[in-house]
Amino acid sequence: MLLRHGIPAVAGLGLLLAVTGGLSQYRNNQLAQIATEVCAVAGLTVLTGLSGQISLGNGAFMFVGAYTVALLLKHHPSANNGEFVLILLAAIVVAALAGALVGVAAARLRGPYLAGITLALAIGLPTLPKYSRLQGPLGGHAGFSVDAPLGPNGIDYIRWQAWVCCIAAVITLFLLANLSASRVGRAFRAVRDDEIAASLAGMSVARIQILAFVVSAACAGLAGGLLADVAGNIEPDSFPLTLSLGLLAAAVFGGLGTLSGAVYGSIVVILLPTWSQDLANHVSLSDKVVSNLPYALYGLGLIVGMLLFPLGIQGGLRRLAGRARNTLRTKPAGNYAGEPDQD
Amino acid sequence: MTKASVRLFAMGAVVALAAAACGGSSSSSGGNGNGGTSSTPGVTATSILIGSHQPLTGIAAPGYSEIAPASNAYFQWVNAHGGINGRKITFKYLDDAYDPTKTSTDVKQLVLQKHVFAIFEGLGTPTHEAAVNFINQQKVPDLFVASGCLCWNNPSQNPETFGWLPDYTREGKILGDYVKKNFPGKKIGIFAQGDDFGQNGIKGFEDEIPASGIADIEQYDPTNIKITPLVQKLQKAGVQVLVSFTVPAFTALLKLTSLQLGFSPQLVVSSVGSDPITLSGLISNFSKGKAPGKDLIQGIITDGYLPSPAEPSNSWIKLFKQIHDKYIPKLPFDGNVLYGMASAYTFTEALAAAGQNLTRESLVAAVEANNFSGPNLTPYAYSSSDHSGMTGVQMGVIQGLAVHLQGQPLVTDDGTGPITPYTTAEATAPASGIPTG
Repeated sequence: MLLRHGIPAVAGLGLLLAVTGGLSQYRNNQLAQIATEVCAVAGLTVLTGLSGQISLGNGAFMFVGAYTVALLLKHHPSANNGEFVLILLAAIVVAALAGALVGVAAARLRGPYLAGITLALAIGLPTLPKYSRLQGPLGGHAGFSVDAPLGPNGIDYIRWQAWVCCIAAVITLFLLANLSASRVGRAFRAVRDDEIAASLAGMSVARIQILAFVVSAACAGLAGGLLADVAGNIEPDSFPLTLSLGLLAAAVFGGLGTLSGAVYGSIVVILLPTWSQDLANHVSLSDKVVSNLPYALYGLGLIVGMLLFPLGIQGGLRRLAGRARNTLRTKPAGNYAGEPDQD
Repeated sequence: MTKASVRLFAMGAVVALAAAACGGSSSSSGGNGNGGTSSTPGVTATSILIGSHQPLTGIAAPGYSEIAPASNAYFQWVNAHGGINGRKITFKYLDDAYDPTKTSTDVKQLVLQKHVFAIFEGLGTPTHEAAVNFINQQKVPDLFVASGCLCWNNPSQNPETFGWLPDYTREGKILGDYVKKNFPGKKIGIFAQGDDFGQNGIKGFEDEIPASGIADIEQYDPTNIKITPLVQKLQKAGVQVLVSFTVPAFTALLKLTSLQLGFSPQLVVSSVGSDPITLSGLISNFSKGKAPGKDLIQGIITDGYLPSPAEPSNSWIKLFKQIHDKYIPKLPFDGNVLYGMASAYTFTEALAAAGQNLTRESLVAAVEANNFSGPNLTPYAYSSSDHSGMTGVQMGVIQGLAVHLQGQPLVTDDGTGPITPYTTAEATAPASGIPTG
């Protein structure tokens, strides 16, 4: 079972690691950011796309993961890379527990109410360290600096961070791809499509929904831990609402419910703001226009993208592929291209 | 391979190719690809590239978004007069919207992709905290952080980082000293931002007036503008002198809320939140023109560490006004613009002092040597063991749309040391407007 998707995962990883060698520090840092985003977005796309629950609050689970990593590293400042893996696993476990708690509440809520409670979580949870009685143990407004262990001698530390993040992202995608193709993944889809039918078929709808929350929170926890490593410093303000909304934007823009869509969406959400900022700096307009232009371009990009590809990038690609196939076969092949993606 | 695994492989390949494509475009501009003789990043025989992160949009933008353009205007003036040691200064500042995550990526872009020589005037405590480790790890000079947090003075851990404005604790001590001497027997209250800014300020204030002598302290969260309950508590405690460690928006809210509640204590506001033009504009703005901004701020006691725009005959004010009128005439000539130009002047002084053979080490050494004679009213603390900036402030009062400085500049330390007048006369601006090494 686990071997499924194994060969492409290993091959993809090999390719990524080879590529990092030719990248500048800056591009490696961007790659690390993309890989971090992929972990969180992939988890969210499973939750929203497969199990049909919405979360505007996965940034809060990233906060949990990041603070777990920062606190553990603070108490074990000389952790080696093996121990760092354990620390990341701890971040996953703690975030998964938080996800289970939220999931219990979430399983009772639908639609806008669920969006509301997760939104509150995204806004409220990251302000915990600012609360006067927790300022000591949680580092207050200034937060913590995060010094993860360096790689083997001779490897640039930013390239090493990119490696760690890429490995984590590929493992996450590999496990989620298997999960999605398994009995659990089918249960997620059954619950998404019709809760009553699913429960008539003997499934415990609430349990399945909680499980989906746990999975997505665990992924967000890992992403938070990686974010702490890549950013080198975390503080309450590192987890604004826009972080959570960006995750959802990436999942939807890439193609909701598809892991490949999570990858495309992450690339867009990380690179588009930089591109639009570079573009804005090349025009000679007043300062106030130039300062706001990147946000306008970013928003415009997302709107145009969604108009062109209502099913996200992955949906658009599938439609193009389907059309090409139809043309090649020179006879209609039904509405295959419109079938919802299920990987 | 199943259909799904083919897809998984395909997307791995897409990421790799996307990354490689990005890499291709950057490696050509990588390194010190500007053909200069120097091996120092960002420096050639004729140019210096420096970078910054600034809140050009978002909650901190009003007022503060003028600072970097003002600094840039001063650099343009320097460039128009031949630069420093034959090098012209390019100042590249990116918007971080006061979001630390954005600061972190901005600074990485500046250091790793644009290869800036130094980071200058990075604005904000939470924002710069997100980048300070990385900057020091990369051994990039981090000059004159635009925040009065005590945290920038940590030369053993952050040898590249230097503060510039007086830290909030020194300022709090001097405000406390003033209140103690001028309002004996009055009930004192504090309204402070609930972060390092407010807490460092309270720490300094309590060094002069112990907590037992303060009737009430209320702290606000800068993301929550509903401050009425806090102001009511201060009013209930019978506060007569209210000391406020606030950013301009919250000074304006405090003033308007007090007005509504019929609460009128003597306000003593830290220099962070007292720029009269910014304040008056914010008050008119928040009240939709119903409250007279200018009238409401008259008589507010505050402090300053630069000459005031209210002294048009001051040599620095003359110089900066001239540069303002030439390069940024659309911005108001207020405290923020003055700040940006004065800070840029200090940076230029450090560049000149670092000499013809400019390296990152020589710049840091030049700051630590502390031979500055700029518009600062009090001397800097810079040395190899101290990276905090100005050592004190001068008290003043808002009259019209300017702060009128009174008495003498006062200096102190950030511990429990005494407060003493600083009697050395202020330097005058050089005729050319450009410091010489």
